[in-house]
Amino acid sequence: MTVHPLITLQNVTKTFGQVTVIQDVTVSVYPGQVQVLLGENGAGKSTLIKMVAGVYQPDGGQILVDGTVTTLPTTRAAEEHGIATIHQELNLVATMSVAENVMLGRMPTKLGMVDRKELRRQARAALALIGLEIDVDTPVGELGIARQQLVEIAKALSINARVLILDEPTAALTRHETQALFAVMADLRRRGVGMLFISHHLDEIAEVGDTVTVIRDGHFIAEVPASTPEDELVKLMVGRSIEDQFPRRADETPALTEVLTVTNLTSAGHFDDISFTVRAGEVLGIAGLVGAGRTELIRAIAGADKYDSGSVAVRGAQLPKGDIQAAIRAGVGHVPEDRKGQGLVLDASVNDNLGYATLASSARFGLADFTGQRRRAEAVAAKLRIRMHTIDQPIRSLSGGNQQKAVFGRWIIAASTVLLLDEPTRGVDVGAKVEIYELMNSITAAGGAIVMVSSELPEILGMSDRILVMRDGRLAGELSAADATQDTVMTLAARSGAAQR
Amino acid sequence: MSTTTLAPTRRSFDYKTFLANNGALVGLVVLCIALVIATPDFLTGQNLLNIGIQVSTVAVLAFGMTFVIVAGGIDLSVGAVAALSAMASGWFFVSAGMPGWVALLGGLAVGLLAGIVNGAANAYGKLPSFIATLAMLSVARGLTLVISDGRPIKTAAEVSFLGGNIGPVPMPIVILVLAALVASFILNRTVLGRSMYAVGGNAEAARLSGLPVKRIIVTVFALAGLFAALAGLLLAGRLDSAQPQAAAGYELDAIAAVVIGGASLSGGLGKISGTFIGALVLVVIRNGLNLLNVSSFWQQVVIGLVIALAVGADVLRRKTRNS
Repeated sequence: MTVHPLITLQNVTKTFGQVTVIQDVTVSVYPGQVQVLLGENGAGKSTLIKMVAGVYQPDGGQILVDGTVTTLPTTRAAEEHGIATIHQELNLVATMSVAENVMLGRMPTKLGMVDRKELRRQARAALALIGLEIDVDTPVGELGIARQQLVEIAKALSINARVLILDEPTAALTRHETQALFAVMADLRRRGVGMLFISHHLDEIAEVGDTVTVIRDGHFIAEVPASTPEDELVKLMVGRSIEDQFPRRADETPALTEVLTVTNLTSAGHFDDISFTVRAGEVLGIAGLVGAGRTELIRAIAGADKYDSGSVAVRGAQLPKGDIQAAIRAGVGHVPEDRKGQGLVLDASVNDNLGYATLASSARFGLADFTGQRRRAEAVAAKLRIRMHTIDQPIRSLSGGNQQKAVFGRWIIAASTVLLLDEPTRGVDVGAKVEIYELMNSITAAGGAIVMVSSELPEILGMSDRILVMRDGRLAGELSAADATQDTVMTLAARSGAAQR
Repeated sequence: MSTTTLAPTRRSFDYKTFLANNGALVGLVVLCIALVIATPDFLTGQNLLNIGIQVSTVAVLAFGMTFVIVAGGIDLSVGAVAALSAMASGWFFVSAGMPGWVALLGGLAVGLLAGIVNGAANAYGKLPSFIATLAMLSVARGLTLVISDGRPIKTAAEVSFLGGNIGPVPMPIVILVLAALVASFILNRTVLGRSMYAVGGNAEAARLSGLPVKRIIVTVFALAGLFAALAGLLLAGRLDSAQPQAAAGYELDAIAAVVIGGASLSGGLGKISGTFIGALVLVVIRNGLNLLNVSSFWQQVVIGLVIALAVGADVLRRKTRNS
């Protein structure tokens, strides 16, 4: 073969204390190719990436850059070899301008002062590398997440990156934004940049990838072409075949009891005149583009935000506006969009996190019910198969899927019967996703009602009994599970949006 | 994935964790041993009682501060509120002619009220706690001077009792122990205490889980005000008078005690036992340096270094947790 890899991790091993997290794994990144790294949360992907990025040193095996054995003792050293990482949490200063962010650490100066003109010129040149057209004076914080990501990629390229590590870049992007990112990736590929790409979205692999390295429990499992069927990839990744990615079991004879009734709900600038009902045992999916007002709607129903007019009723009883506690008492549980920012107290234990919604209601004379709480938490953790060492460990140390199960668990302990789920499987790996879907089934089977907002169309189509589509804060249409396809949903979601492809 | 789930080799892990979690206690023990060796005056009954009395004011202030810091805020006004409460109590007794015990309770009520104002300004007025309590610091100190016209006011016998002795035991030490038990009970056993950790750890997650975050914040500052008032009355009781400049700068000692005790200024972490140790560290250092005839100027330098060291330990603790 004439093409040599830009970088190779050769039979690398990494241990932390007595635990081996990476055992004898080999991955190469070739110029002009997208190497996909596939594995469940906890399989060791992050550790591998950190070795490429100079954060961790392998304990065994070696790193080859351009065929030469190299050590990457620091991230700086990795950068000098042209290796740049685009992390999920972006490394940008929100209050500084695009230009300043792109040129951070190497500001052009003139007589000891920042040369603003030159700064802008160089920043524009960097953005031009990926065809990004934005005003370089805009504060980065004002850009959407997708554009921030592109700014970071431009920054990396302007430091002559030859190897780009993209750690779940699409996790927070809409379909449209993802397409824009893929176009940039395709362009980079033509120009010989090698990429290491991580994603939980299996459908993206065939779209952008060339080859896929599958790892499981720190071991190299297989290297397969990106065109490998999804089922096959899942099987390699989880070590067993998952029969059904979306195991929705709808009730054959749906109950007629309306559990949640939303009437003419309006919040200026967010959503307008929304009415719908959800029956016991039903999963109502809400689809739409990011910014269509779905999250705002869910939050208003949960009592997290106030609204202007309309009403929300649970089993016929109207809920007061903006009153989370009243909503919880009526049986509403809210799984928010941002698990780490809104769902969990990361430094607190799994036990504490499971108990917040019931802290006050289970108390006697203001004293927390520790024994009862622990008993309930342990029962629910076992039921949801939350994988942890002990229930007292900080929830921060759990994988994304297990953290998400804990947010669900909180509402199961609270015996909630109306669950409002906002992106319930974001950042959750395939195995845990299916567990969460099974959990939704068991909730509806017990007579609960679920409203699920999701940007993942397969999830919406696979798990909903009925689908509402929102566009620009309004209901654009309702589809039954039988009628809905990706096309019908997207047409409704984006119909008037001329900007949409 | 995150590597936090992985336990490094057992031996080094335990040693590191122990140091990281008990740094203040280890420091205190080392400090005491060093002082016992360095000066014969340290380990005497009288000196230990002195330390106990001195620590009582700082520790009681710091217990209130612990609530605030655990809940993710800061209270710069505790020293000034302590002074105002004591002065108000003196005024109730001398100028308003109230019975001594009413004056005492009145002093506590003033502290409580100041705390409620702090909390309301923070929770409902959306002022950052740093700013709200900085304003309160100035207002409370100013009111203290207004009430007293800059002169000390004699306190009621009931207040002086707080500075006296029960048999051989100084009353401030008794109050200190009671305050520690109550504070620890609130923080560990009550819904309010557990909620403080949640609010300090992630206020939004706490709110979405149905915790009444605003009410919790007001209660937290109210408690800090109440504990500050108690500290102010202890101080006044020892002197039989409320001093206009009493407890000036004590807020910094209280914050230092809480931080040395292992709380995180970003909220969600902290213990009463830790704060107590932190307050002891501060007082024992001052006491030891006095016994060794080190100038008070140098004492400030040493205290500063100790705070830096303690916060360094906090950073280390975070690191061992997150890597």
